[in-house]
Amino acid sequence: MKVTLAMGNGGEENLELIERIQKFFHNDYLQKAEDATPLDGIEKPVMTTDSFTISPLFFNGGDIGKLSIAGSCNDLAMMGGRPLFLTFGLIVEEGFELKMLDKILNSMAKELKINGAKVVAGDTKVVPKGSVDGVFINISAIGERQASLSQRNIEEGDVLLVSRDIATHGAAIFAAREGIELDNQIQSDCASLWPVIEELMENVDIKAARDATRGGVAAVLNEWARARGLTMEIDEESIPVSEPVKGICEILGFEPLVLANEGTFVAAVSSKEASRALEILKKHNPNAAIIGKVGTQYPKKAILKSPWGTKRFLDMPSGEILPRIC
Amino acid sequence: MRGMEVELKELYERFRDPEAIKALAFKIEKEAQKLPYNINIMEVCGGHTHTIMKYGLLQLLPKNIDFIHGPGCPVCVMPKERIDHAYILSQKEDVILCTLGDMIKVPGSLGSLQDARSRGADVRFVYSPLDILKIAKENPDKKVIYFAIGFETTTPMTAALIERAKSLGIDNILYHINHVRVPEVMETLLEDGKARIDAFLGPSHVSVITGSKIYDIFAKKYKKPVVVSGFEPVDVMQSILMIVRQFNEGRREVEIEYKRSVTRNGNLSAQRLMEKYFQRRDFRWRGIGDVPLSALGLKEKYSHLDAEKVYDLPNNPIDDHKLCICGDILKGLAKPKECRVFGTACTPQNPLGSCMVSSEGACAAYYKYGNIL
Repeated sequence: MKVTLAMGNGGEENLELIERIQKFFHNDYLQKAEDATPLDGIEKPVMTTDSFTISPLFFNGGDIGKLSIAGSCNDLAMMGGRPLFLTFGLIVEEGFELKMLDKILNSMAKELKINGAKVVAGDTKVVPKGSVDGVFINISAIGERQASLSQRNIEEGDVLLVSRDIATHGAAIFAAREGIELDNQIQSDCASLWPVIEELMENVDIKAARDATRGGVAAVLNEWARARGLTMEIDEESIPVSEPVKGICEILGFEPLVLANEGTFVAAVSSKEASRALEILKKHNPNAAIIGKVGTQYPKKAILKSPWGTKRFLDMPSGEILPRIC
Repeated sequence: MRGMEVELKELYERFRDPEAIKALAFKIEKEAQKLPYNINIMEVCGGHTHTIMKYGLLQLLPKNIDFIHGPGCPVCVMPKERIDHAYILSQKEDVILCTLGDMIKVPGSLGSLQDARSRGADVRFVYSPLDILKIAKENPDKKVIYFAIGFETTTPMTAALIERAKSLGIDNILYHINHVRVPEVMETLLEDGKARIDAFLGPSHVSVITGSKIYDIFAKKYKKPVVVSGFEPVDVMQSILMIVRQFNEGRREVEIEYKRSVTRNGNLSAQRLMEKYFQRRDFRWRGIGDVPLSALGLKEKYSHLDAEKVYDLPNNPIDDHKLCICGDILKGLAKPKECRVFGTACTPQNPLGSCMVSSEGACAAYYKYGNIL
């Protein structure tokens, strides 16, 4: 069965579609079925919104549903926020397979559980064929801050870490789009980061964290350098990149540092906390690594140091690297 | 792809091996102490400029060796009036304009192809010219125009596309040919004489096609050492060492460092294919000016496939921005940082001149990698 325009008409078919969707997200808030949902008091609220338009909708390591929940909850987590409530807007193309829609909704529900968050409001629109590419999802999410993580806390001497090997999402999507087949399929890192951030916050005085989505690790480092007027000094050798990702990057001429991630973050901690932070990160992914430190020599720049003793700027990525990867 | 993976791994482990790079730096340092005078090496190809900047190789070299960045960046040397051709063609009714990579973002006087696309033109970029066969087959009622750019590296692919289209009976592809050649522009720079070029780092991929024999004239007539180098940092360091040794041993020769791909005679079947469809023509190089017979165009008998002949396109030269010194940079007379607008009014996002537009351009490489010394 396919989604029809009638399912967006506000009538009987519309109700059926809404019920079909609701059963994936069943909770007390949704059950009230009011025009808007009253929420309980939230201390130190933190809020975000994000839209998801990825092509292909299903990829190795996830789908648009998983990506949308993980992506928006990760934004909260990076600010030290425990994800609590989400709303979503679903825009579906006429003719989209209902079975596929169920699969996406199921992924969303699974990812919500990992974050301990609830959907409290939703909206669905069906648009004529060709108006969107399958499904677009917008999510707004609100959480409660457990610690004040912020780029403002970053200082000279801090140590920079990544939570796992980088660039798998960008590489997986590109391989899928270009029909590049590899012996070892690259799996997107698409994942919720709240569990690892929560454990990290409980054990380490973590100053800042940012998930390295579009623009990759390079974008995060440049944003931090600019925001603080400091230098992010990275040892090229220490950046974890898997062999298949290196291979794709060689073929297509990309740098892993600018490719997108969907479940990888960069963290800044004081130097005395670094080894403890690494220990915790490694429990979640053995490829986590210390990649560099914060200096002052080149204000507002990220610097890449080669193993043969030279250095260069690590530039902010620009232009069209990959359209619609998230 | 297993075979490919092994090769790739070898590439980035062997030819980017830190110990090898350090050892070569040490050898160059030692050998360079014997140099009778400071030497300027021109790396002809933008790919080498990129390697030198990306891997910070200048930081490893002694003070008496310097690099002059050459004109070997296909997008950088495209004059604005020809970029305008692409824009104008893309605006024609029932036209799909196809081109390679960076070309899509270079602004001419009317805008870039990216701008054309946002105004509704059907502009597509392809990884391989042969992808155009599929586009042409799927759109029989449209004219597909291939805006072909590049040095000898990409020229055989264009010839192969023409040949394949002919044998498949696909007749809705037209060609706008901007294939340029390396030797004539190298000679122009030497004849110009203003820049002190002591030796050349020969292009990698161009030489795979042409063979190293095209550089004989530079060693024989102009007494300049030429070393054809691969694109990896170990290749470039090894090639620098070979050049320094030529000076110290009083030799002026064409040598091949990139032996894993380049021979003296090159790829003969690719050369035959090029000769079948193309003939030499004059070309106006952005920043450098008119260089006789330095480019290729379609032969007379294929003029019905030639977009420049089929459509009426303006050919008045359009000058670069007054403050831009790309001409001097391409000729080896100035370095990007000597330009007043470098990194301020001229950035990769808003380039004023040719060397900032393509990622292979010298200004773009300096901007991106910082030229930290």
